[in-house]
Amino acid sequence: MKDREEIATALAASGYIADGELATAVSLMQRLRRPLLLEGEAGVGKTEVAKALAGVHATELIRLQCYEGLDQSSSLYEWNYQRQLLAIEAHRGRADSIEDQIFSEKYLLERPLLAAIRRDNPPVLLIDEIDRADDEFEAFLLELLSDFQVSIPELGTIKAISIPHVVLTSNGTRELSDALRRRCLYHYVDYPDVEREARIIMAKIDGASASLSLQIARMVEGIRKEELRKVPGVAETLDWAAALVGLDVRDLHDEPETVHETLMCLLKTQEDKVRVTREVSQRILGKVA
Amino acid sequence: MSCCGTTPAFDEMDEVSRLVSGKLAAFLRTLRDNGFAVGLAEGQDAASLMASGYAAKPGLLRSAFKHLFSARKSDWEKFDGIFVAFWLGRRVRSRSLAAGSTKSTNNPSLKGLQDGAQAGGSQAATDQVPSSDDAPPSRGGEGRMEGASRAENLAEVDFRKLADPEQVAEAHDAAAQLAKIMRTRLTRRDLARRRGYRLDLRRTIHRNISHGGVPISLVKRRRKDKPLRLIVLLDASGSMSMYTSVFLRFIHGVLDEFREAEAFLFHTRLAHVSDAMKEKDAARALDRLSLLAQGAGGGTKIGESLQTFNRWHAARVIHSRSVVMIVSDGYETGDAALLGREMGRLAKRCRRIVWLNPMMAWEGYAPEARGIKAALPHVDLYAPANTLKSLSALEPYLARL
Repeated sequence: MKDREEIATALAASGYIADGELATAVSLMQRLRRPLLLEGEAGVGKTEVAKALAGVHATELIRLQCYEGLDQSSSLYEWNYQRQLLAIEAHRGRADSIEDQIFSEKYLLERPLLAAIRRDNPPVLLIDEIDRADDEFEAFLLELLSDFQVSIPELGTIKAISIPHVVLTSNGTRELSDALRRRCLYHYVDYPDVEREARIIMAKIDGASASLSLQIARMVEGIRKEELRKVPGVAETLDWAAALVGLDVRDLHDEPETVHETLMCLLKTQEDKVRVTREVSQRILGKVA
Repeated sequence: MSCCGTTPAFDEMDEVSRLVSGKLAAFLRTLRDNGFAVGLAEGQDAASLMASGYAAKPGLLRSAFKHLFSARKSDWEKFDGIFVAFWLGRRVRSRSLAAGSTKSTNNPSLKGLQDGAQAGGSQAATDQVPSSDDAPPSRGGEGRMEGASRAENLAEVDFRKLADPEQVAEAHDAAAQLAKIMRTRLTRRDLARRRGYRLDLRRTIHRNISHGGVPISLVKRRRKDKPLRLIVLLDASGSMSMYTSVFLRFIHGVLDEFREAEAFLFHTRLAHVSDAMKEKDAARALDRLSLLAQGAGGGTKIGESLQTFNRWHAARVIHSRSVVMIVSDGYETGDAALLGREMGRLAKRCRRIVWLNPMMAWEGYAPEARGIKAALPHVDLYAPANTLKSLSALEPYLARL
């Protein structure tokens, strides 16, 4: 069992700068064997948590991207029909029965959920944007997450070889059921504070100096306080930082023009672009020490 | 509900941990009182956490409990306050319960609502005994105009002209019935097939077993039908007070046991009332509502309310087959330009906007109010809704979507 600080350090080593609460959540995840539900605005790094977690455990990341209409055949397992048909054709005219053969593991296609419970080394299972899947799928998932076994009518019940570390993310496009919420540990991923965002920039962007990272983080914080339709997330901040480093900007105050022109990395709607005029960006830049 | 409040089998623990688990049970009760969904499993996990050394550091324990007990963002945000108040003894403003505050409301329009509701409730109770000269009302929802025909004489009476409490109760009942019929009709209606289905191999092979496994007749995968979702935004301001009670009954009927509907109430600000309205008993639903609707009967800030809706609720409640129904007279006391802008934004998101204006049927009424003028360009259907008949006339329109 790892300690909180150890987990924070390990997460940082695999490229994710966590706050103290997230480290607690990860240690609880291991202790209580519950899935972790991450909610938050788009672009605050929910998916990154799962990737970093896979890094910490030095294990595989299995990802299931949810969408409307996602069903068992694309999330759990499917028979390899083409191959079964071929086998039947090849077998035609012979006396022995082929039925036992074509419903064996050889003809089974593993989808993410089945794959996740059949690994020797427990993988990290990322169920991304669960809110986009249908209610029915959510109920099915609930069952899988509580028993960690799958029954395939033709083959029998497959029990989990190892229990995966499950991370669910949600953007809040649909209200999730209370049952699912109750089963999970909950963590709300917020926009990082200035200091943490600066550390993230330094960790992710090669060539970003400490002072520039801090300036960028402060500037982004100022922009987030404006009345925007789409508040820029961490991903946007990193894009912008990469753009500034690429344009060889050392200090934001030296090149206010470039700063304003590269704001397109942060502002993603026409309305926001109109709102943050040259004057506004100058004003925010002025507050950046 | 016998949860971990009763301390399951902690006999083997020593005196100290018994005290701790007693305190923990009290904490769980506090959380439940504050609307957290905390079950037995969470309580046991919490006890095991406290036993394994987390209890020594309050900061760590708070963070651990926060992850364990929260289930949504609102829980997440209020948890720290509750934790500090309970374990560290600092006072925090507790949530006022919905039931307690209803008595003290002295809001004229909501008072009217509740009187109406009580009348409606008693009516519903006596409704079980069919009167001798009347045919017993069929409740299956088979007849098309059932709700309206039961109260034929009421169908064309303007809601505001209903004075007799019995008549009001009857109108409420009819509105609820109408909503029920509309609900089943709208949800069971099939959509026209769309092209572009994928092949369903499993079913194809099964179907063609009789051909020796050669796929002759193909089975395509079907697109899942999405039921129509109705989102009702009801104006509860003073100018609408004569109509609000009937519409609330109507909304209650639509929402009752029906997943694909959401209701919002607005006046100077917006309140999400779906949960309260899903209460089975109409009187109790309105009881819970009165807390949410503080300030009802005053001015109307439609623009600001819509802005709140677009910003916080729209992404969650609106999907590709949603109709937004706004019930309002369009008297905007705020910024009319803002209303126009927000209506435009809303129109981009949803399939249709229906604006019901009870005043439209008044003689000599023209949409002169600034608010309604700004909103009309974005509205798909602008209809009166002052009688039961005009309300039921909406159904064919919605069924076509």
